[in-house]
Amino acid sequence: MRAKLPQIILALIIISVVLGIATLMLIALKQDWQDALLWVLAAVLIGSALLVVTMRDIIRCGLAMIVCFLALAGIYTLMGVPLLGAAQVIVYIGAISVLILFAIMLTQTKDAPSRLVFQTQAGAASIAAVVVAIVIALAVSATDWGEIPRRTRLGTDVMSRILFEQFVFPFEIVSVLLLAAVIGGVFLAKREPGGPS
Amino acid sequence: MSNSLDAYLILSGLLFAIGTFGFLARRNAISMLMSIELMLNAVNLAIVAFGLFGPHADSTAQGAVFALMVMAVAAAEATVGLSIVIAIYRNKKTPLVDEYDSMRQ
Repeated sequence: MRAKLPQIILALIIISVVLGIATLMLIALKQDWQDALLWVLAAVLIGSALLVVTMRDIIRCGLAMIVCFLALAGIYTLMGVPLLGAAQVIVYIGAISVLILFAIMLTQTKDAPSRLVFQTQAGAASIAAVVVAIVIALAVSATDWGEIPRRTRLGTDVMSRILFEQFVFPFEIVSVLLLAAVIGGVFLAKREPGGPS
Repeated sequence: MSNSLDAYLILSGLLFAIGTFGFLARRNAISMLMSIELMLNAVNLAIVAFGLFGPHADSTAQGAVFALMVMAVAAAEATVGLSIVIAIYRNKKTPLVDEYDSMRQ
């Protein structure tokens, strides 16, 4: 715990500096909130990417990677391409991160204590959940949802028209590629009967 | 800042550089695959940014569709790569790449 404390303080300092820059841009420089939000998301993206490549515990690397993908989805949405942000969440966080976490667990040799249901930081986790719920409720009640069409630069209809007119052939090729990847993955990861367990 | 191509490209370049460092420096094979995912994400960000500031009316949609294709290929790559890592782990009992030396004669 004593060794972890400077890391936490460092992270808090970095977060407060970034948030300070964002509020300074928002209030003192009279800039758009979009710029400030892009600063925050970019800082989260780069910081969590650095954590992915530097942390010792590989499970934590995987969790930091999820944060990184989430920040990138936020940047896509901020760029006005919300469908790509949704695809980022579904494909990267929903599929690839889970796959990587499963592979980490399959190749991890350390045994974990299974007696405890909750980890030791269950109190902090519940506080975090309550704070997240309050922040979401405040954000939902403070947002003017009619602004969404004006912020969106690429609607779903335009994108799907391009996808199924100009890019039909690559789309079909990608489906064949995914099928081949599924078959190859099953074949490679399958245990042969009588082989090494 | 959110209306300049340079900002997105610099962000993408930083992310790509971090992914390169991770790919070259980490010992764990799964960490290397995670770094590859970071690099693919950086390329995706660059593609979407170029599409956003492209010359035609359709270039935003074209960039986004291209990024979707990259995501699908990344999913295929992750599937095959991770199953290769698991298959090697079953033989070698270690995920560390510097101990995979059986192809050395």
